[in-house]
Amino acid sequence: MFSAFMLNAWEISSIVAVVSGVVGFFVVQRANAFAAHALPNGAFAGAAAASYLGISAVIGLSVFSLAGALVIAGLSRRTRSDVATALVVVMMLSLGSLFLSFSSGYAQQVYSLLFGEVFGISRSEILPTLLISLFCMLVVLFLYRQLLYTSVVPEAAQAKGVKLAVVDLMFLLIVALTTTMAVPVVGTVLIFTLLISPAAAARSFTNKAHIAILLSVSLALTTVWASIALSYETNYPAGFFVGACGALIYASGRIYRFIHSKNSKSREATLAHILWGLAEAALTLNTDAPLGEVKDMANIDKVVENKLPMTELNQVVHLVQFISSNN
Amino acid sequence: MAQLGSIFVFAGFFSSYPIRVALVTGLIVAVVSGTVGTFTIIRGQSFAGHSLADIGAAGGSAAYLVNIPAIYGFIGINILAGLVLELIGIGRLRGRDLAAGIVLSFSLGLTALFLYLDTIASTTTNVTASLLFGSILTIQGSSIPIILAVGSVAIAIVMVLYRPLVLSSISKELALAKGIPETKIAIGYLVALALNVSLTAITVGAILSTALLVGPAVIALKLTRRPGRAILLASAIGVFVTWIGIYLSYDSYYWPPHNHGWPASFFVVAIIFALFVIVDTTISVRRKYLVGERAENI
Repeated sequence: MFSAFMLNAWEISSIVAVVSGVVGFFVVQRANAFAAHALPNGAFAGAAAASYLGISAVIGLSVFSLAGALVIAGLSRRTRSDVATALVVVMMLSLGSLFLSFSSGYAQQVYSLLFGEVFGISRSEILPTLLISLFCMLVVLFLYRQLLYTSVVPEAAQAKGVKLAVVDLMFLLIVALTTTMAVPVVGTVLIFTLLISPAAAARSFTNKAHIAILLSVSLALTTVWASIALSYETNYPAGFFVGACGALIYASGRIYRFIHSKNSKSREATLAHILWGLAEAALTLNTDAPLGEVKDMANIDKVVENKLPMTELNQVVHLVQFISSNN
Repeated sequence: MAQLGSIFVFAGFFSSYPIRVALVTGLIVAVVSGTVGTFTIIRGQSFAGHSLADIGAAGGSAAYLVNIPAIYGFIGINILAGLVLELIGIGRLRGRDLAAGIVLSFSLGLTALFLYLDTIASTTTNVTASLLFGSILTIQGSSIPIILAVGSVAIAIVMVLYRPLVLSSISKELALAKGIPETKIAIGYLVALALNVSLTAITVGAILSTALLVGPAVIALKLTRRPGRAILLASAIGVFVTWIGIYLSYDSYYWPPHNHGWPASFFVVAIIFALFVIVDTTISVRRKYLVGERAENI
């Protein structure tokens, strides 16, 4: 597992994980997930164009992802940003499909760009990746306060003279650069997951920005390391394990949040709804009595409809007791 | 270059069987997307709409593995994904963005796994390409009935929910005050969206699916504020661009590089993008110089 060619995979995925942990925190904080999906996917079109024109894929990737970031930022001034992003991503993808249709026999390379070739990385790719990563981290560090400020309280930041549009554009360019660096080595699927899931999970565990960033980086590292190891052992694609690990850590973040929720009312309401669903299922399976009649007897209907959180839980408990005593 | 004469000679165009199938499919797909898409824009769920097209690929590749028609895989996984989106919290802005992101990344992982298993199970290498980039010009005529059926169900859901859906899309608070069951409406809409995207993704591909869902609707909503009119306008724009795209794709056989048609999806997206930029610029210039009004951005 730690032979020479595997070392490249370990190193490069660790670099990518650290950068995406940091950048991902701001992606989640600024609700930029769509852009984080659009830029890597659109950038693949750049690779297709580059292959048709016979130039280096990295040039195509960087031109397309940076241009995509600029156009998204430009259109977002008058149109909601999710719509702008959607229009840009379909435009880039359709250009990709055009170039793809021109150059035949590219299908295998498309597949590798989408899902990555972590195990096929050469020694020479590590240094450029490392340099671009360092540059991205420096820019984030430099803009740290503005990025955080504009994403938490945009109005206040604007009042203080921070230009929202400029910060938005700068951040999109950082995402574009991260993308250019990561797509050729780990693929669009992997980079997108690493940008979203660890950071989202970290946000569930803590509200403090710097702790969340550190946590996000370590969760991203855990995810890629576990995925590479599992992929090596089982021979299944690494992309699958990254996606599954990402969903798993996000789910655990949500469960943690749910248990430690300060708002006990909403917690009880959620619990009650889950129990209510279970009770109803048990009811339809186990009794012949009409559902409405039983509900009336437990006087649960009004409670659920009016969303009375505190007593609701008790009522559901009563209903469950009622059902179990009847059976 | 296109032969000028061919623009006026439609005989060859309409006598081609794949073209006729493509025109009918394009009509159905564009009308359904225009209807559902208008609400997608108003509710700010373009990302969810786009994600479902990619998420569907996981269902499609799984269906391929167990040898059932891909459309059932698409529909199954998309409805499931729609429910998870609602569960994670698509209502709030950040939750909405994140929900689509998490579900999308997990599904892409699943797609990677299923595609890997598919390529092990059979020697067909074209599975990836055809799942990711469907083509409107390769649809079988025999699949039109199922396209029509799924599309009708999606439109029917939107029509039945129309009034509460409009209200809850525009003002959640107002809808709550009126006693509209928000969650049920949201789930109903997401099912319609899932059906629509499954249908479009499998027939015209993931790219055109998002383009037709978002593009015509956002242009229509820039031109009119009434949801009913926007739906009609979006459908009309959708049909128009799709047909033009199919025609140009047919015609591009004579364009360089020779004897090779350009993909229809490229033309459709390019026309939508150009239309959007023109409409957007015109409106902003008018607003700046002619009308002193500042309306909310859509």
